[in-house]
Amino acid sequence: MKRSSVITSALAGAALLITVGAAEAALNVVTTTSDLASIVSEVGGDKIAVESLARGYQDPHFVEAKPSFVLKLNKADLLVVVGRDLEIGWLPALINQARNARIQPGADGYFDASLTAKILDLPTGQLTRAMGDVHPLGNPHYWLDPENGRAIAKAVQAKLSQKDPANAPYYAQRAADFDRRLSEAQQRWKSMMAPYKGIKVVTYHRSWANFADAFGIDVIGYVEPKPGIPPTPQHTLDVIQAMRAQGIKLIIVEPYFDSKTPNSIASQTGGNVLVLPPSVGGVPAASDYLKLFDTNISLLVGAIKSAGAR
Amino acid sequence: MVSCVPAPRRGAAFIKLLRAWCCFLIALGVLSAGPVTAQTAVQQPPPPSPASAAELREELQRLRQEFESIRDAYGARLAALESRLGQQTGAVTPPAVAAEAAAALPAPVPPLPAEPAPAAVAGQAQAPAPAPAPEVAVPAGAAGAGGPAGALPVYGNANAMSKIFNPDIAVIGNFVGAAGRNTIDPLPALQLEEAELSLQAVVDPYARADFFLAASPEGLEVEEGFVTFPTLPGGLLAKVGKLKAQFGKANTLHSHVMPWVDQPIVIRNLLGGDEGLNDSGISVSRLILNPVIFLEATGEIYQGQNDLFASHSRSDLTYVGRLRGYRDVTEGTNIDLGTSFAYGHNDAGDDTTTRVAGIDATVRYRPLRRAIYRRFIGRTELLWSRRGETTGDVGSFGTYGSAEYQFARRWFAGARYDWSERAYDSSLVDKGPSVLLTYWPSEFSQIRGQYRRTRYAEGVNSNELLFQFLFSIGAHGAHAF
Repeated sequence: MKRSSVITSALAGAALLITVGAAEAALNVVTTTSDLASIVSEVGGDKIAVESLARGYQDPHFVEAKPSFVLKLNKADLLVVVGRDLEIGWLPALINQARNARIQPGADGYFDASLTAKILDLPTGQLTRAMGDVHPLGNPHYWLDPENGRAIAKAVQAKLSQKDPANAPYYAQRAADFDRRLSEAQQRWKSMMAPYKGIKVVTYHRSWANFADAFGIDVIGYVEPKPGIPPTPQHTLDVIQAMRAQGIKLIIVEPYFDSKTPNSIASQTGGNVLVLPPSVGGVPAASDYLKLFDTNISLLVGAIKSAGAR
Repeated sequence: MVSCVPAPRRGAAFIKLLRAWCCFLIALGVLSAGPVTAQTAVQQPPPPSPASAAELREELQRLRQEFESIRDAYGARLAALESRLGQQTGAVTPPAVAAEAAAALPAPVPPLPAEPAPAAVAGQAQAPAPAPAPEVAVPAGAAGAGGPAGALPVYGNANAMSKIFNPDIAVIGNFVGAAGRNTIDPLPALQLEEAELSLQAVVDPYARADFFLAASPEGLEVEEGFVTFPTLPGGLLAKVGKLKAQFGKANTLHSHVMPWVDQPIVIRNLLGGDEGLNDSGISVSRLILNPVIFLEATGEIYQGQNDLFASHSRSDLTYVGRLRGYRDVTEGTNIDLGTSFAYGHNDAGDDTTTRVAGIDATVRYRPLRRAIYRRFIGRTELLWSRRGETTGDVGSFGTYGSAEYQFARRWFAGARYDWSERAYDSSLVDKGPSVLLTYWPSEFSQIRGQYRRTRYAEGVNSNELLFQFLFSIGAHGAHAF
């Protein structure tokens, strides 16, 4: 009796060890933003563990390089970054301290998701900081175009298959499934937005270039006078004038910005302030990449209808 | 076999014919351009009015473009034909065809049926260029004055790629002004205290290098200059070069990231002045992985020549050790604790040593949703020094406590209290409070004012207003947390 229980527990222990071993064998992926984490998880399914450093309700330019992130990077097999200098203020310091050769820039486990994406706002000519906090490598908010989501998923599938060839068919099947669901959703979003094609809006930061490009929205101005520079009274007056002149009723604001100036602009112009999450997890409803667009588009359509703006 | 011999000759003859035809066309183009201008000039009697001059210029411009496009089109076609010929050595190009081509140009040439030849005459041909050359627009005002027109080809490397292996270069200016009265430790009224030049780049797949050169009124010195090996086995991170020692918090900060204009008194009294513990040596650190907290152990060896230590022989090295623990309390709040130790020979005698031990604690609060508007950092450091003098050991203690609160996107308010004995005489105590206000026009500059009231051990009180302008240009790497 006793002996059998010893054997049983030994077997259970061995089984546990094997399970733990298997769990550790799964590819450990760290992404800088929640959007990338969502896409990676769509492709990787349960064969990988994925975690994002930044939260969706956080400004991805200003994440703190906390030592707890060092621990996450230390264990990572693959680091997926937005790139285009979005994380320049915090990620290099983390990678430096991670003591992980796999994810150093240039290594096999460092993956820049922007390489296959369509990048807008690529600056031409001389750049100076007099233009504010410009991104010399183009607008890094490119994930807000579903086509770019598709491109990222494809690239992630190739990367995961390369890191973990045994599960390549699994990743291919999941990527194809995501692609199909994304296509269906795109039809839906496009038809929801179709009546409002060319609608003019003002946004706080230049986070929405790709979103606007994808859904036929015309961003005619920004609450920020220059990228990263907080609103100034003169610029706010200019925005109000422009909105009045063109009959614009919608100001799109990211959840991490102060809504005081947008609210005052809205009250002067009879417009609406619409807080849209630019990232997965920015609001609870936007819990994954597809739901991010579901949320944003239904919020946007609702706001357009209620503002009566055409 | 047989046709192989005459073929090159035939090809050569064909090319000669084509060349001749092209030369003829070019000459025709030049001539036709000439008479047109002359005719127009005759029709408009001199001196031409500005309007007619402009018309003339336009006409000339148009003709020149037309001529150039014809020339380009034929040049390209010639090149294409030559390459075709070169490829088909042995393939037959009957002289009849060549003659026909010469006679009927610009009619389509049989070997190139897809070529839209007639269009070339109209000056709209897209000549099959080997590779599209990058182009830049002619600067405004340059066109029309006999200068180049249209787009210019770019020779060499027109973009930043040519500088791709240059290190990130930044310069940070630190301008400090002081007003008020201080007879013990006076600062100049106005001074560019430091211009820090940073050069940072990856060395190779195994290392990166960081240089911080500080130019100050005392001269130019290497503030830090080290190589980092981030990919060592065993979870080690090594730095070799001149470094700020990992002792506590304030000692590791460059002046432009300190939350104050000046160093706390305890750092100056017990850790070797404004420069702090900064020396040539080797630093190795390792993460002690555990499921509870971030734990990092650092061990460092320095040559022992700095503001705090003085080595008399090669074996008089300085040793620094640090253990740092960190834990997130919530997603926006965290605690950072550290304990540090330094040992080395000092300048009091031949075999006198100094030991310094320190504890530091930092509490940070930064709500993620409001990260760019609100943050709080509370920090304290306690230092114990045991300095060997020829008359015996002197034990001294010093501390500071500081708090900084961001109350708007660009505004920070802060306070600090200093209390410290002096390393060589523990009966001498310097102490006093400071209050600070900092304004950030952007991430790249800041303006700070600090009111400092110090009661020095000599019994002298000083009331000072310090102000600081910090400004940064270039690409400066991210700072450690």
